[in-house]
Amino acid sequence: MKFDAKTREKLAFFILGMIALIIILPIIGVIAYIIKNGAPGLSWEFLTQPPRNGMKEGGIFPAILGTIYLILGTMVFSLPLGILAAIYLVEYARENWLTRTIKLAIINLSGVPSIVYGLFGFAMFVIFLKFGTSILAGSLTLAIMSLPVIITATKEALEAVPKSFREISLSLGATKWQTIRYCVLPYSLPGILTGTVLALSRAAGETAPILFTVAAFYLPRLPRSMFDQVMALPYHLYVISTQIPNMPLSLSFATALVLIVLVFLMNLVSIILRAYFRKKKLW
Amino acid sequence: MVEPLIKIINLSAYFGNLCVLKNLNIEIYKNEILGIIGPANSGKTTFLRALNRLNYLQANYHQKGKILLEGKDIREIKDSILRKKIGIVFALPQVLPMSIYENVAYGPKVHGLRKREHLDSIVEEALKKAYLWEEVKDRLHTPANKLSGGQQQRLCIARVLAVEPEVILYDEPCSGLDPISTAKIEEAMRVLQENYTQILVTNNTKQAARVTQRCAFFLMGELIESNATSILFTSPEDKRTDDYIRGRFG
Repeated sequence: MKFDAKTREKLAFFILGMIALIIILPIIGVIAYIIKNGAPGLSWEFLTQPPRNGMKEGGIFPAILGTIYLILGTMVFSLPLGILAAIYLVEYARENWLTRTIKLAIINLSGVPSIVYGLFGFAMFVIFLKFGTSILAGSLTLAIMSLPVIITATKEALEAVPKSFREISLSLGATKWQTIRYCVLPYSLPGILTGTVLALSRAAGETAPILFTVAAFYLPRLPRSMFDQVMALPYHLYVISTQIPNMPLSLSFATALVLIVLVFLMNLVSIILRAYFRKKKLW
Repeated sequence: MVEPLIKIINLSAYFGNLCVLKNLNIEIYKNEILGIIGPANSGKTTFLRALNRLNYLQANYHQKGKILLEGKDIREIKDSILRKKIGIVFALPQVLPMSIYENVAYGPKVHGLRKREHLDSIVEEALKKAYLWEEVKDRLHTPANKLSGGQQQRLCIARVLAVEPEVILYDEPCSGLDPISTAKIEEAMRVLQENYTQILVTNNTKQAARVTQRCAFFLMGELIESNATSILFTSPEDKRTDDYIRGRFG
């Protein structure tokens, strides 16, 4: 069968469009399935009460709060470290064996399985530094896991700022830091924000790194300090799905729904922030 | 004998192993406009950027010889101070993605000026000197990249003027501009001559003849000759200069 060029183009577009559609199908499927099964389990009590009766009743408030604490803790450690490291690598470091080693280390870090981070965090923070299983240890472990993503995203955002901006600024007698502060960071901020929020939302959903370092199986009371254990949504989901017999399925799906909504909210915040900064700074 | 403002002694410049300036000696006097002409790849831009050490932004750059500013080796001057004294206007009009006002105020701000009224008056004065004030005074706070190319280039001149330099370097400032914008920039240069020393790198020999008092001809990284513009353009000593000016090559 022979087609003319126009028909072939139409056919190609149709096939490409279908393939693109296939990509969004799974995400729609996952969300629809979770909403359908999880929505009946949701209630005000579910969101605000601790679990009762072997976790088969009550809510998941301690786990929600635990996950929020962990996100905040991760942010506190990984944001300054990751962004400053990327600024150093892009703006200050000269190309030599040390910077090449650092860059290689970052690439390799992003390939380490999350359970290995969990084990490392356990050995390093829980035992060696004697933090115990605590929010502190868990946050640090998640922070280390997020670092490569944050550094890579920040590096890309910084490198996307045209060289000419730096040249103009320096040629007017600005110092290196002034140049970064006024001519580079403002224009890379949207990219940095997107990358970091993406890294943080991934950290929020991780189970393996918090398994040995912070997550409590069942702890209805709220944490009193950062040296306390907490429950966390991903681990709680794992526990109620596999460790407790006769668990009502709707509770598992409701927990999953809460976790997904939390992650989506974070992404939404990043999108809004990015739109805000884009509107303010145009080039 | 007048002391030169800038004295360049045996300057050689390299990018990696590539020698782009060979053993250059030239003097620049206060309040003159020195033209630098020559074909592409003759080291004009490198020479210009050597004067305020911008070449060092490239990792593989190194140079030999001395550049004296008012008798002082520029290596002893901090980069930020040197670049405040010797400003540059780049070949392509490049504005920062800020408002017109912020573009001009950027330099004074990084040098520590914060007072609003003071900044206002500096911005106004710099824009007036660059022949741009009348065209933009009603929209100072709109994005600078909405201006036309010629206006942007005059904004770049205003930006340099705002830090109150002693020397202004122009790296083919009119290469992408229409004749009217070019005329405005040349007019600005003539007026600025009263208070500033200016060095103009240009591919346009006619422009060099129009604006400069002294002119230097560069070829393949070497200074072939320098002389008063009127002499260089009418009776050059070197045949290669003559050929270039008459348009036989380059």
